[in-house]
Amino acid sequence: MDILQLIVSGLANGCVYGLIALGFVLIYKATEAVNFAQGDFMMLGAFITLGFTNADHMDLPFWLSVILAIGIMGILGYLLDMIVLRRMFGQSQVAVVILTIALGFVIRFIAGLIWGHEPQSLESPLSGLELRFGGLVLGMDEVWVIIVTVALTALLYVFFARTKLGIGMQASSQNQLAAYYMGIPVKRIHSMIWALSGVVAAIAGILFASKGSIDPTAGLLGIKAFAAAVIGGFGSLPGALLGGIIVGLVEPFAARYMPAGYSQIFPYLILVVMLVVRPHGILSQIQTKKV
Amino acid sequence: MRIVFKTSYDADIRLFKHKAQAFWYLLLFALAILLPFLIGDFLIGEATLVLIWAICGMGLMVLVGQTGQASLGHAAFMAVGAYSNVLYQEHFSMPFLLSFPLAGLTAGVAGALIAMPITKLHGIYLAIATLAISVLAEDLIVIMEPLTGGVSGLFAPDIEIFGFVFNRYGNPVELYWLVLGITLVIVYLYRNMLRSPLGRSFAAVRDSEVSAKAMGINVARTKMVAFAVSCFITGLGGALMGHFATIFTNETFNLIMSITLLLIIVVGGLGTIHGAFFGAIVFVMLPLVISLTRDALTVFADSGSVTIPGLESGLFGIILIGFILFEPMGIYGRWLKIRTYFELFPFYRKDMFRRQKSYLKTERTR
Repeated sequence: MDILQLIVSGLANGCVYGLIALGFVLIYKATEAVNFAQGDFMMLGAFITLGFTNADHMDLPFWLSVILAIGIMGILGYLLDMIVLRRMFGQSQVAVVILTIALGFVIRFIAGLIWGHEPQSLESPLSGLELRFGGLVLGMDEVWVIIVTVALTALLYVFFARTKLGIGMQASSQNQLAAYYMGIPVKRIHSMIWALSGVVAAIAGILFASKGSIDPTAGLLGIKAFAAAVIGGFGSLPGALLGGIIVGLVEPFAARYMPAGYSQIFPYLILVVMLVVRPHGILSQIQTKKV
Repeated sequence: MRIVFKTSYDADIRLFKHKAQAFWYLLLFALAILLPFLIGDFLIGEATLVLIWAICGMGLMVLVGQTGQASLGHAAFMAVGAYSNVLYQEHFSMPFLLSFPLAGLTAGVAGALIAMPITKLHGIYLAIATLAISVLAEDLIVIMEPLTGGVSGLFAPDIEIFGFVFNRYGNPVELYWLVLGITLVIVYLYRNMLRSPLGRSFAAVRDSEVSAKAMGINVARTKMVAFAVSCFITGLGGALMGHFATIFTNETFNLIMSITLLLIIVVGGLGTIHGAFFGAIVFVMLPLVISLTRDALTVFADSGSVTIPGLESGLFGIILIGFILFEPMGIYGRWLKIRTYFELFPFYRKDMFRRQKSYLKTERTR
C-alpha cells in the first residue's frame, strides 16, 4: 500500500513535469527552438490565476479565473512571438536559447514585483478533497492532474497527427522554405504554437499551484521538465509525458530508499546517462537521412 | 582610414595589426596599472571582480564564441577550480603558485572527461546536458561533505606568494595587480591560441562541422580540447573567485551563475576577447549603477529608500533581450560599427554588418 501511495503521488508530480515538457516539445516540434522560459510561463500562469481567484486579490470564481488565465497566457504567448521572437527569424538556435533564458529572468522579476516573493497557495476547489480506496488516500488534486494531463496529451497528439493545422506546424519546422512554398503561413503558425504552449503552461501552472504553494522561483522546475523531455525524446508528445512520469516516479522512490542528499540528483543522473547512451530519448524522433 | 599593406604572411598573424593598435593597447595597459591611483579602494575591489569575471568569461568564450558549443554549466568548472585550489593548499600545503595552475588543470581534466561523451550532442542537447552538469555539481558538493565542507562551505586562505600576503581587505591594490597580471597572461595565451592551428580548427568547427571534417580536422577531438582549454581558464577564474569571496559554499557556484556567465559573454560580444571584458564590466557595474540611481532618487524624491528584490537579474535580462534583438554582436560589435562608421566616413552603409539569414531545417532528420 505504501508503494502504491508513492506511485500515485509520483504519477501526479510526473504529470506536472510532463505538462511543462509538453510546452517545450510543442514549440520544438513547430519552430525547432527551445523555450527555456517554459517553467517561468507555468509560474506566470499559476500567478495570474491566483491573482484572479484568491480572496485577498480579486476574489473571482475559480473556473472563471482559470478560463481568464488560460486566455491571457495564450494571448501573451502569441504577442511574445509576434513582438520578440519573430525578430529572431533565421538566426541560430543558440541565440533563441539565450533569449528565452533572459525572458525567464524578466518574467521571474515581473512576477516577483506584482505578487511578491513569498510562497502563496492557490485557493482552488480541487485541493483538500480526498478519495479513499481502502487504505489508499488519493488527493482530488492529484487525480485531476493525472486526468487533465493524459487528456491534453492525447488531444495534442491527435491535433498534430490529424488536423491540417497540426501537420502544417510540423511541416514548418521540418523545412521552413519548403513550407513557405506550399503556402503555409510559417510566421503566423509560429505565433500560434507559442500561444498554444502558453495555454499548456497556464494549465500546468494551475494544476501545480493547486497541489502546493507557488513562488516566483517555481519556474526552475522547468529544468526537471527538461530532463523529462529529453528522456522521453525531444519532439515527441507522448514521450514528454512518459519522460515526465519516469522522472516523477523516480523522485519519491529515490527519496525513500536512498540516503538523504542523493535523491534529488537522480532525475539529472538519468538525464546524463540517457544523453550518453541514447541521446534522442526513448521515443526517438530522429530519422537518419539516407544518402 | 588606415590601409595595412600586407607584404608577408606574417602580417595576417601578427599580434597587433599595426603600430597604432599596439600603441592604444599599451596605453590601456598603462591605464590598468595606474588605476589604483585614480580610484578608491572600494572601486578597486570592483575592478578586481571585473577582471575575475572576465577570466571566467574568456574561459566560456573559448567554448561558445570560438568553437560554437553552448554550455550552460560552466559554474561547475569554476567550482572545481575554487575547491581544488583551496584543497591543494590545505591538504597538501602547496603554495599558491603551484596550487593555482594545478586547480586550473584539474578543472581542465574534469572538462575533458565530461566532454568525451557529450560532444557527440548538438545544439540544444548539449545545452541541456551541460545544464544538468551544473545542477549535479551543486548537489555533488553537498554529498562530498568531508572534502568540501558541504553547505557550511570552505574558507579560502589569503593568497601568499613568497611570504607576501594578498588580502582583499588588507591590501586590495596589490591583489588587483596580481589578478591583472594573471589576466594579462591568460589574454596573451588566448590570443596566441587563436593564431595557432588549434584556434583555427576551433573556428572551423564553429562555422561548419562538415567542412571542418572535410579539411581533415578531427571534430570530436577538437571539441574535447576546446572543452579542456575552456574549463582550464574557467577553473583559474573560479580559483581566484574563491579567494576573492574568501568563503564559498555549494550555492556560490549555482545554476544562475552558469547562466550569468553565458549572458556576460553574449552582452559583451561573442567570439572576441574584448567581449568577455565588456560583459564583465556591465555585469559588475549594474548593481553599482542601480544603488547609485536609488540613492539619487531617494535624495531627489525625498522618499524612503525603495528596494526591489530581484531588480538586478530582471534588468540584466532586459538588457540582454535588447542586445540579442538589436545588437546580436554585443557591445564589441556595436563599437566595431561605430569605429567603421568614422573610419569610412562618409561611406558607411547600414547593411555592412548584416548577417546572412538561413531558413531552418529540422535537426530530426540527419
